[in-house]
Amino acid sequence: MSEPLLSVQDVSKRFPVGKSLLGRPTGYVHAVNDVSFDVMPGETFSLVGESGCGKSTTSRLIDHLITPDEGRIFFDGDEVTALSERQMRPLRAKMQMVFQDPYGSLNPRMKVQDIIGEPLLVHTRMSAGERLKRVHELLGTVGLSPAHGERYPHEFSGGQRQRIGIARALSVQPKLIIADEPVSALDVSIQAQVLNLLRDLQEHYELTYLFISHDLSVVEMISDRIAVMYLGTIMEMAPNEELYARPCHPYTQALLSAVPVPDPKSKRRHVLIEGDLPSPMNPPTGCPFHTRCPHCTERCVKEFPKMREVSPGHRLRCHYDGLQLPA
Amino acid sequence: MQDALLEVRDLKVEFKRDRKSWITAVRGVSFSIHAGEIVGLVGESGCGKSVTSLAVMRLLSKATSRTSGSVVMDGRSILELSDREMRDARGNDFSMIFQEPMSSLNPIMRVGDQLAEALRLHNDLSREEIHARSVEALRLVGIPEPEVTLRNYPHELSGGMCQRVMIAMAMSCEPKLLIADEPTTALDVTIQAQILALMERIRAERNTGILLITHDLGVVAETCSRVIVMYAGGIVEEAPVEELFERPRHPYTKGLIASVPRLGRRVHRLPSIPGSVPDLAAMPAGCRFAPRCPMARPACEAKVPALVQVGEGHRCACPYAAAGASVEYAAGIGGLADGAGAADATAAASGATGDVSAQDAKGVPTHE
Repeated sequence: MSEPLLSVQDVSKRFPVGKSLLGRPTGYVHAVNDVSFDVMPGETFSLVGESGCGKSTTSRLIDHLITPDEGRIFFDGDEVTALSERQMRPLRAKMQMVFQDPYGSLNPRMKVQDIIGEPLLVHTRMSAGERLKRVHELLGTVGLSPAHGERYPHEFSGGQRQRIGIARALSVQPKLIIADEPVSALDVSIQAQVLNLLRDLQEHYELTYLFISHDLSVVEMISDRIAVMYLGTIMEMAPNEELYARPCHPYTQALLSAVPVPDPKSKRRHVLIEGDLPSPMNPPTGCPFHTRCPHCTERCVKEFPKMREVSPGHRLRCHYDGLQLPA
Repeated sequence: MQDALLEVRDLKVEFKRDRKSWITAVRGVSFSIHAGEIVGLVGESGCGKSVTSLAVMRLLSKATSRTSGSVVMDGRSILELSDREMRDARGNDFSMIFQEPMSSLNPIMRVGDQLAEALRLHNDLSREEIHARSVEALRLVGIPEPEVTLRNYPHELSGGMCQRVMIAMAMSCEPKLLIADEPTTALDVTIQAQILALMERIRAERNTGILLITHDLGVVAETCSRVIVMYAGGIVEEAPVEELFERPRHPYTKGLIASVPRLGRRVHRLPSIPGSVPDLAAMPAGCRFAPRCPMARPACEAKVPALVQVGEGHRCACPYAAAGASVEYAAGIGGLADGAGAADATAAASGATGDVSAQDAKGVPTHE
């Protein structure tokens, strides 16, 4: 078996909140808690979860935009967490990001060709002419024309801007693309175009994706393996088919059952889970999900469940096996 | 059948572009809503679904927009009411909830005061009665400790709770019609499921008519009984929900339904509609979907197709689809070098898929 391209090992991150009289933080937000996973070359690994579950924080930890309090992250043989900002810079050429908001992530005062060419300026020694040539190739790759390079971001629709963001990420030929909710700001018909584009690019350039999304239907289409996060913790991790066919964690089951299905005939019964996400400032004791879990027992309240393997490749963080939500 | 609660006829909304010119955002929209039904209004961003609802509520500024047509609510012509009469009607006859619960509430007022404001304006109630009604309103939307929540500020509540408060406020004066503009778009799926269940309960218990504006076909399929599909300012199709998902007629509706990824049906690539929504200022002369339509013909560009009856309660604005032509969307759109995303490449893209669909369009009848 080949080496993982990206390996995240027991990573935790908390952010201080508030200030006491002496300037000490009055509390911590536990954004990411004991998260571990490997991403193999060429696969699409997805992190799914609701807002505030720590999926974006995880991606920022990987990109070394923030440093973890505990744990280590390896990328392509290097330990990211041990690198200085200067040492990290060349690595970023191999690890590019595509962001959620296609309006906020492109500089409105730069021409599209300069936006796409900027990583080349930073990471390569190409001449201006070479850069422009490469930018024109990239525009074609993502389904735009070279003439678009002369324009500014505001002249493009959301879907086109996301294509520009993707072209920028591709410019330095990265191995890994971290896509943080790349289609959630787009309309459905455009969303399908961008998902197909991501697919094609992956096949063509043998890219590895770390895909972050809250949308389980999108994730099902694009992913090879999926990790479900809740309150900073991975609750379940499994290959795509396995997760959707045999979700083991009550949270995964609830999440799946809450997704509206565009078919009025499928009168599935929803398993409504009660209540809201607990505050990450003051996470529940024991299992993070116990406050909303219909199966909660005394053990769940007291003991933080360990990650364990229920079948090959299928890992679960729950004390119990094969719980079924009441229909 | 009983009379409609809300009857919209030929609604047209224009916005001022500069001194002389106007841009048409909604052109000739007609529909009706009955008591006790949830009607979905679907479309992509910019299709005019929100503008339609704002025009019905008369929330658009007169200085920058003009509205024509007729909106009849319970026998009263809304567009002819005075501002004062209109203020009475809002809240009492119909009310509205918005997409972003966090920013629709006043951040420096306690939830209780905001709820009381609506009640006080519309009813002659004592302080105690208002308090009791507020508590009851919050209880209706499933807030566990209403007394506590009344004293909270919006920032102390989660998004789902804020949306519940919004719904409580909208329902506090027992309106006959509730317009919900993307009420769950900003919420997580588990919370979305709770809110949708709540709206369904309100409909059943109070016989409220609900206009649910959304871009999410899943939400529509699960909550609505009738669906109106809008594209570029006009209605392209209207049908009962099962009919729409089983036998969509308009090529746009078909494309929309096909391009949604759905659970349990994993596909390698999604069929997608080429191109993007046309600019309001540069609308095609004829059918506005023609530039993206795989079965477009020269005649489509000549004049705007009318909505025609194609079945029980089923209207469709495409003469070819009404005659039974079928349409296929290629899954190859949007990929490497096929140029589908380019602003000016829609022609090329529809050319590419047009070949495929030209064969399909030779009158293969749909299931009817």
